[in-house]
Amino acid sequence: MTKNKTMLYAAIMAFTFISPFLFPTYGTQLATLWLMIIVSLTWDMTGGQMGYNSLGNIFFYGTGMYVAALVTIGLTYDVGEYTSAAGGGIYEFTDLQYFGGMALGVIAAGLFCSLTAVIIGSLTFGLRGPYFAIGTLGVAIAAGELVSNWDWVGGGQGIALPVYPGDLDVGKTFFYFLFAGVGVATFIFCKWLYGTRFGAAINAIRDDEEKADAMGIHTLRYKLYTWAMAAFFVGMAGGISAFQLIHFEPLESAYQTINLGIFMVVCVLLGGKGTLWGPVIGAILFHLFKEITWNYLLGWQWVALGALIVVTVVYFQDGVMGWLEHKKPEWFGIRVEKKAVGDSK
Amino acid sequence: MSSIIDVSSVAKSFGGVIANKDISLTVKAGTITGLIGPNGSGKTTLFNSIVGYHPIDSGSIKFEGNEISKLQVQQIARRGLLRTFQQTRIYGAMDGVQNMLISLPHRKMSIFDALKTFTREDYERADHLLEFVGLYEKRMLKSGDLSFGQQKLLEFAMALMNEPTCLLLDEPTAGINPTLINGLIDRLKRANSEFGITLFVIEHNMRVIMNMAEKIYCLAHGEMLAEGTPDEIQNDQRVIDAYLGAH
Repeated sequence: MTKNKTMLYAAIMAFTFISPFLFPTYGTQLATLWLMIIVSLTWDMTGGQMGYNSLGNIFFYGTGMYVAALVTIGLTYDVGEYTSAAGGGIYEFTDLQYFGGMALGVIAAGLFCSLTAVIIGSLTFGLRGPYFAIGTLGVAIAAGELVSNWDWVGGGQGIALPVYPGDLDVGKTFFYFLFAGVGVATFIFCKWLYGTRFGAAINAIRDDEEKADAMGIHTLRYKLYTWAMAAFFVGMAGGISAFQLIHFEPLESAYQTINLGIFMVVCVLLGGKGTLWGPVIGAILFHLFKEITWNYLLGWQWVALGALIVVTVVYFQDGVMGWLEHKKPEWFGIRVEKKAVGDSK
Repeated sequence: MSSIIDVSSVAKSFGGVIANKDISLTVKAGTITGLIGPNGSGKTTLFNSIVGYHPIDSGSIKFEGNEISKLQVQQIARRGLLRTFQQTRIYGAMDGVQNMLISLPHRKMSIFDALKTFTREDYERADHLLEFVGLYEKRMLKSGDLSFGQQKLLEFAMALMNEPTCLLLDEPTAGINPTLINGLIDRLKRANSEFGITLFVIEHNMRVIMNMAEKIYCLAHGEMLAEGTPDEIQNDQRVIDAYLGAH
């Protein structure tokens, strides 16, 4: 790594650490920004790097929420009784039960989502292009509907988790660092993965899956692994969200296909598909745009967001990183053969 | 010498079109074998059948003595039977070296090997093979920008990178400029003699195939018309008629 790059990474890490203290009133927004970065980076693992545009990654977010919550509750109380009381009964959690349950729950959420990714993937990876997108979207929508009719997990009312024990402002910072930790881990994981032979193989699947088959790459197996890795991080992020939100319900917060489920795709398109930094940049820009329009264009915020999506998809498909790569290929180590004089047209 | 590919009585039809009918042939290990025939005679269909692109209607295909006609493309590829495409297929958005590195044989890799970064040996092999096909100077260029002929050479180098035991080449010289063809013939021969790769080649250029192959099969209208050494084929009246349209 060059000196400049080391400095850049050090600066970003430093900013990550001090930003919740620098902008204390924006603690929750900053935590949400990290959530956006996590879901964008993981969406790009299949969408950008492997060429499988999933609209169903939100399934892992919602499932992660439920798994983390159910594990935490189940370790201390009977889940059925807890959810049927819908927050009415008095259910106390000691610090150990809260934090221990959260730690186990969040990890269990990641692992469980990886497992479901393998199962759903083996059914849906036979689909290509838009069919895969719609197929996975169907899975996420169906899951939301099924869960909202499942009384044992609280049905349409969802689940109310215990509130953070202690000072709530400290709680906000606590959740910020949980998201930031998972986000940084996701970024480092992606950076490493894309440099391996495995990373090259999933790029091959994206560029020409039939050729990859013909070269003997284990295409289905690699697709399942990739989605399982992505699902692990999304599941953990969902688990943390469950505790941050305190109360969540299936359709609007857990399996929110039309919000976060779409936002992650837009973030990646905006930042640049199939690049390491694109999803991060896209998430930051998108989140800024969203927060600004929600504050200053209230009433028109969805229109502005829709316009952003249309402009990105129609005119700016390569995103920020793609545009930079086109303008300054030498920054990306791409060599372009110099055209002979008179050949420039 | 033992045979590496054994095709016996293979038939394949698409709807009412009979593409292959009762085809039998053998490719001996370590040799270069040719497959010729007029356009539409079923050569590429036969290649596709061998490498598992579509199920065959009847007959049997054996590779190294094992039945492969029920296997999928990637399973067959992992046994070391590889093909190149008539319409060249490379990863156009990547440069030459990346194309080569992707072609490392995954059949020899566990998932833990796959999760390693490329080694210095991988890069050296990639460079060496790019030099072998004469693309070393162009290795850092986006391969989609290479000329069609150069892309064919790249695809050939990628196939070699995969360390196959047997390579099926679908018209390796089509679209390559005549002065490059001699170089290509030389390289195909060296791939065969130096790397020990058995070659089975579809070719329209008679000069090329007569120069390389030890044995040639000729298809016409989906049926096996003739087989023999280059000399026998060249002097076979049926083959000449088939090409001139008297058939």
